[in-house]
Amino acid sequence: MYKIIDKEFLSENVARLVIEAPYIAKSRKAGNFIILRIDKNGERIPLTIADANIEKGTITVIVQRVGVSSHKLCAMNIGDALLDVVGPLGKETHISNVGTVLCAGGGVGVAPLFPIVQAMKLAGNRVITVIAARTKDLVILEDEMRAYSDELIIMTDDGSLGKKGLVTQGMEEVILREKVNEAVVIGPAIMMKYAALTTKKYDIPTVASLNTIMVDGTGMCGACRVSVGGKTEFVCVNGPEFDAHKVNFDEMMFRLNAYKTKEAEGYSDYLKSLESTAPALV
Amino acid sequence: MSKELDKEYYKAERKAEWRNKLRKEIKSKERTNVVRVQMPEADPNIRNKSNIEVNKGLTLEMAVSESSRCLDCVVPTCVSGCPVGTNIPKFVKYIESGDILGAAKVLKENNSLPAICGRVCPQEIQCEAQCVYVKKLSKEGSAIGYLERFAADYERESGNSSIPELAEPNGIKMAVIGSGPAGLTVAGELAKFGYDVTVFEALHDLGGVLKYGIPEFRLPKDIVDFEINTIKQMGVKFVTNFIVGKTATIDDLKNEGFEAFFVASGAGLPNFMNIPGENFNGIQSANEFLTRVNLMNGADANFDTPVHTGKNVVIVGGGNTAMDSVRTAKRMGAKRAMIVYRRSQEEMPARAEEIKHAIEEGIEFINLASPIEYFADENGMVNKMKVQKMKLGEPDASGRRRPEAIEGSEYTIDVDSVIIAVGVSPNPIIQQSMPELETTKWNTIKVDENMMTSVPGLFAGGDIVRGGATVILAMGDGRKAAQGMHKYIKETILAEV
Ligand SMILES: Cc1cc2nc3c(=O)[nH]c(=O)nc-3n(C[C@H](O)[C@H](O)[C@H](O)COP(=O)(O)OP(=O)(O)OC[C@H]3O[C@@H](n4cnc5c(N)ncnc54)[C@H](O)[C@@H]3O)c2cc1C
Ligand SMILES: Cc1cc2nc3c(=O)[nH]c(=O)nc-3n(C[C@H](O)[C@H](O)[C@H](O)COP(=O)(O)OP(=O)(O)OC[C@H]3O[C@@H](n4cnc5c(N)ncnc54)[C@H](O)[C@@H]3O)c2cc1C
Ligand code: SF4
Ligand code: SF4
Ligand code: FES
Repeated sequence: MYKIIDKEFLSENVARLVIEAPYIAKSRKAGNFIILRIDKNGERIPLTIADANIEKGTITVIVQRVGVSSHKLCAMNIGDALLDVVGPLGKETHISNVGTVLCAGGGVGVAPLFPIVQAMKLAGNRVITVIAARTKDLVILEDEMRAYSDELIIMTDDGSLGKKGLVTQGMEEVILREKVNEAVVIGPAIMMKYAALTTKKYDIPTVASLNTIMVDGTGMCGACRVSVGGKTEFVCVNGPEFDAHKVNFDEMMFRLNAYKTKEAEGYSDYLKSLESTAPALV
Repeated sequence: MSKELDKEYYKAERKAEWRNKLRKEIKSKERTNVVRVQMPEADPNIRNKSNIEVNKGLTLEMAVSESSRCLDCVVPTCVSGCPVGTNIPKFVKYIESGDILGAAKVLKENNSLPAICGRVCPQEIQCEAQCVYVKKLSKEGSAIGYLERFAADYERESGNSSIPELAEPNGIKMAVIGSGPAGLTVAGELAKFGYDVTVFEALHDLGGVLKYGIPEFRLPKDIVDFEINTIKQMGVKFVTNFIVGKTATIDDLKNEGFEAFFVASGAGLPNFMNIPGENFNGIQSANEFLTRVNLMNGADANFDTPVHTGKNVVIVGGGNTAMDSVRTAKRMGAKRAMIVYRRSQEEMPARAEEIKHAIEEGIEFINLASPIEYFADENGMVNKMKVQKMKLGEPDASGRRRPEAIEGSEYTIDVDSVIIAVGVSPNPIIQQSMPELETTKWNTIKVDENMMTSVPGLFAGGDIVRGGATVILAMGDGRKAAQGMHKYIKETILAEV
């Protein structure tokens, strides 16, 4: 069992959980993720390791409520335990001192971006971070990002915090202003697609971290496959990071919706069940 | 596959008083006139809608009658067809004499998982193929697999199964990587020698392919769990959610005091065909489909994991994995559950019994055909596939006739679900984490005659060494490796003290 040591909400639908997992805390690197299962009826869901503490033997994950499993996870409390946690999975981010690195994160992509920002800074890079959200209340990890970035640009769709506009606008502003040696983009597939098109225009080598559907996370099923440069790759073992200019994002978006109807039905059933049991609980 | 037979040993065994007596009770001629037992099976039209086990198992009367067919041959050629050299005439004759627990004991001398092998071994090309009935009498072989299952089930159900005798604990720590049949066998054997054994498993459940691959209707999970429990009772520790090479490396485990290692990480990497449209939704590997159903209970609404099936389902391939997938798809409500296979039925690598069962259950076979492209609707969901007809040409290196495409023979099939079962490759995680480990060009791990790899103290066996093979070969490797590991410890650690 993997005990939850700490928990807080970063925004209405985003929670940070600190989980006991000593082996993973020790061996994880920036870019790695875990797969967890809440209980015996649960599915296996992948989450990036946002941070770790070797002494305490804990890892931190940041999860956004989007469906049944993430909802259940956000509803867990300190002292509760997860049935299964396995990792660290995936290849680590290739971190080196390249000069100036532009890190761009959208939505919950900001969470997996954080350990990369941290590692890039510690490797001696000039780090400029752009984070984007729909509105002020959904902006997460602002202070953490600021601590490890030479500059932090916040973009909101409605202009309620930072600048009004899309993540790509914030990126382009930086690119036009100064020499960027490398870019890292993480977020919803559609955001990564356009972020990659933006950096491609300026020939900036760009890495995207792909959040495909997964089952085992060890290369056994192929659920996570994507086309990169015309070749099929398994994200869990050969990724999650790939050359953003070669990823077929349109295919990836289709594949992310593979179980959409089933997941949506499951989620609405689940929410209904919560409502129907609610009176019994109070 | 076949083994050298120690003829003198079997001759001497055969002279045992009870065997002499039993042989005399019925004349050989009469024995050969007994009709081979028919396995009682669940009704095809009921079972193809449920998960009940297809083969119901023999009754005691059936088993005794079948065992009386066995001629207790002077040279039991059947034994040479068994990869682990099961003493077939001895266990069969125990059944005939009514000592079923005695029979189970004989089986366990060479095989720690007889209830499983009796169900899943391809007997028709192994032990039963070498039986004198097949070789000399042009009759159906002795039903060795059914009898093996009978004896093992009888022992389990009688509550009389015992844990094997264990040597004094020696406190030496051994690590096993992977809990499939190879890993389970090594763990059991090492425990018998007195070692302190820990099995590390990447998934959240134990058993490897026995759990996530082979479906309930062919191998009930309870049976696998029973065997795992026996190994637990022998003192073996199991750690799930632990990927050696990721969660901790072999070197980390060495630092924790493990002295020798057995890698049984299997051939879990699914192959695809790399043809256009293969990444459309609704097209998945057999591993994904079977894992969602068997490991994650995806077909049960009480579980959160979704699984995609359809009304018109095609499975590409002709092996056990393809048969398991197509029969599972049928059970999940497919109207047309189809096999598309590029050779003819005779070349199919699946167990003969599975093909027979599939036909009874209403599976369609589209043989001598190979997919060349998939098409999808506007949401990227597969809706058609193009296949090309094939013909058989000259035999290739494997001795099977090579399929050749017939130009201009393409046609399309309407599908809403496609499952790819065209083979697996070795799991790469351990190899990636240990560059010094020697591998073949297929990325299988190289081993010597003791199953030791190029890294001293690191042994390997099962599918990670052979590529996709069989349960019994994985177990055979496990037994051999346990001997090798014991020898290694005696020559290194124990020699030092
Ligand atoms: C390597 C990797 C790292 C990840 N890291 C994080 C993380 O740090 N924090 C986090 O909140 N999430 C992360 N994800 C995504 C997370 O795994 C999914 O959000 C989660 O599995 C959804 O489960 P659910 O049952 O709550 O929702 P579901 O019911 O499965 O899905 C609900 C909705 O979300 C969509 N969806 C499903 N899976 C994904 C996905 N992978 N990406 C985007 N949309 C999806 C579906 O189309 C559906 O509409 C990561 C995914 C991967 C592959
Ligand atoms: C659907 C299907 C049907 C089959 N039907 C038959 C049949 O009827 N008869 C027959 O004889 N054979 C059959 N086979 C083949 C047979 O199951 C395999 O040959 C056999 O299971 C191989 O055993 P193994 O112990 O080498 O590996 P596996 O059973 O594959 O077990 C390997 C285990 O190692 C774990 N693992 C991998 N890497 C790591 C790591 N780094 N750290 C920790 N754990 C790890 C895996 O999660 C897995 O649990 C079938 C196979 C499939 C897929
Ligand atoms: S283990 Fe398999 S091959 Fe050997 S006797 Fe039993 S069924 Fe036959
Ligand atoms: S070859 Fe056939 S008949 Fe002879 S001992 Fe073996 S099983 Fe019995
Ligand atoms: S999640 Fe199964 S292969 Fe990647």
